[in-house]
Amino acid sequence: MILYDQLIGPFAEFAFMRRALIGTFALALGAGPVGVFLMLRRMSLVGDAMAHAILPGAAIGFLLSGLSLFAMTAGGLIAGFVIALGAGVVARATELKEDASLAAFFLISLAVGVTIVSLKGNNVDLLHFLFGSVLALDDPTLLLIAGITTVSLATVAVIYRPLVLECVDPGFLRSVSRAGGPAHIAFLALVVMNLVGGFHALGTLLAVGMMMLPAVIARFWARDITAMILIAVVSGVISGYAGLLLSFHTGAPAGPAIILVAGALYAVSVLFGPVGGVLRQLFPGRHLEA
Amino acid sequence: MKRLALAALAILFAAMPAAAQEKLKVVATFSILADFARNVGGDRVAVSALVGANGDAHVYQPTPGDAKTLADAKVVLLNGLGFEGWINRLVKASGTKAAMATATKGVKPRKAEDDHGHGHDADPHAWQSVANAKLYVANIRDALTAADPAGKDAYAANAAAYLAKLDALEAEVKAAVAAIPADRRKIITTHDAFGYFGAAYGVSFIAPQGVSTEAEVSAKDVARIITQIRKQKIPAVFLENVTDKRLLERIGAEGGAKIGGTLYSDALTDEKGPAPTYIDMMRHNVKQLSAALTS
Repeated sequence: MILYDQLIGPFAEFAFMRRALIGTFALALGAGPVGVFLMLRRMSLVGDAMAHAILPGAAIGFLLSGLSLFAMTAGGLIAGFVIALGAGVVARATELKEDASLAAFFLISLAVGVTIVSLKGNNVDLLHFLFGSVLALDDPTLLLIAGITTVSLATVAVIYRPLVLECVDPGFLRSVSRAGGPAHIAFLALVVMNLVGGFHALGTLLAVGMMMLPAVIARFWARDITAMILIAVVSGVISGYAGLLLSFHTGAPAGPAIILVAGALYAVSVLFGPVGGVLRQLFPGRHLEA
Repeated sequence: MKRLALAALAILFAAMPAAAQEKLKVVATFSILADFARNVGGDRVAVSALVGANGDAHVYQPTPGDAKTLADAKVVLLNGLGFEGWINRLVKASGTKAAMATATKGVKPRKAEDDHGHGHDADPHAWQSVANAKLYVANIRDALTAADPAGKDAYAANAAAYLAKLDALEAEVKAAVAAIPADRRKIITTHDAFGYFGAAYGVSFIAPQGVSTEAEVSAKDVARIITQIRKQKIPAVFLENVTDKRLLERIGAEGGAKIGGTLYSDALTDEKGPAPTYIDMMRHNVKQLSAALTS
C-alpha cells in the first residue's frame, strides 16, 4: 500500500502527472533511436548545437504570436533546418569540415536568438519556455509531441538500412547506393524535429539530455544497434518515470530531475556496464569464464 | 502665507526660465515607481524606467544603455526590500553620482511566504497595498525635493493631489472587496506578489510558485496546489502578466477552479493595455477579482 502511494498514487491522483509521464515516454521513444545513431556516427555534440540553433526561430515565432505552440514549433523547425542544411552545404562546398561549419552556424544562430529576445525587452515568458514546462503539457502540446514521435519512428524504420550502413561503412554505402545523401538529410530533420518536440516539455537545454543520455547509457549494455535502441528507449522511459516521482516527492524541479535520473543511470552504466564498463575492464577474466 | 509662497514661486519661475526648462532627470527601476514619480514630479522631471512596461524586474538583465541612463540621472528611485537584486552592481558599474532613494522607507515589511527555503527574506511587492503606495509617494516627494529644492512647493502640491486620488482609490478597493462574500475571498495566482494586498484588504492569495519568479516549479508544488483547490473549494485561478500561463491553465482545469482574467502585479502595461498607470492597475485588478469571485 505504501509502495502504491509512492510509485503509482501520484499518477492515479493527478492528471498533470499522467500527462507529464506520457509526454516523457513519447520523447524517449522518438529521441532514443535518433540519439543512438547520433552517438554511433560520433555526432553526439551535434544535438547540443542544434538545440541552440533552434532558439532564434522559436524566439521569432514567440515574438510574432506569443506563447503559441504552432508559431514556436514552426519557427524552431525552420531555424533548425536552415542551420542543418546551411552547415551541410558549406561543408560540401568548401574545405571546412561539417562539425566546424555547424559550430559557426549555431553560434551565429544563438547570438541572433539572444539579440531578438533582448531587443523586445520582455524576456520573461521566453525564459520560462527555455526551461520548458513538463508539468504544464496541454492537449495540443501532447499531440504535437506524440505526432513527432510517430513520424520519427516511421522515418527511422524507412531509412534504417542506409543509416546503419553509414554508421558502419560509409564508403561501402556510397559504392552501392545513392541513398546516403537523402538519408543523411532526413536524419538531420529527425534530430531537429525531436529537439523541437523536446523543448516544449523540457526546454531547449534539457531536450538534448533526453536524446543523448539514454543513447550513451545503451552503449554500455549492448553491442548491436537494435538492442542499443531498445535499451535507450527503456532507459529514457525509466528516467521520465523516476524523475517525475523524484520531483513529486522531493520538490526538485521536474525537468532537471528527469535528466538527473538519466545521469545517475549513466554513472551506474559507466561502472557496471558489461560492454566496456569500468568493472568489466578491471576484471575481464572473471566475466569471460562465466 | 500660501499666497506669499505662490507669489514667490511665480517670481522664481519668471526669473529663471532657463532653469525651468532643464528637467530633473529621474530614473526609476520599474514602471510602477516611474508612474509615481511622474505624478509627483509633474513637468519638472523627466522620468525613465529601467524595466519598462510588461517587464519582470526579478529576472531583468541590465544593458549597457541602462548604465548610461543611470550615469546621466540626478535621482535614482528603487523599490528596495531585495526587489532589484541587480541594481547595486549596475550602480557601481555606471559610476553615477545620482542620489539613491528607496521608496519603501517606512513600509512595514511582510515576511515572504517561501516554502523553498531560498529567495528574499522580505516580500518586496509592498505597492500592492494602497496605504503603502502613499508612503512611496511621500518618499518620492522627499527625494525629489532634496535633489531639486527649488521645486519643493510644486512637488508638495502634486503629491497632495495624487495622495487624495490614492485615498479615493483605497476606499473604492475596500468597498469592492466588501461586496464579495467572505468565504469566497480566496484565489490562486501564479506569482506570489499580492501578499500586501491580501493582508490589507482581507483576500487570500495562494501561489503555485514561491515568492520569486526565479525558482522553477516542481511536481510537488503543483500537486499541493491542486489538492488545496479541491479541499478548500477555491473558486478562481488568476493569470498574471509575468509567468507561465500554461501551468496555471492546467492547475485550474484539474482542480475545477474558474480561470479569471489577468492580474497585474509587478509591471504596468503600455498605453494600449488595461493598466498603464498604478491607479488603473489597482482598479483593473479589483474589477477582475470581484467579477470572478462574486459570481
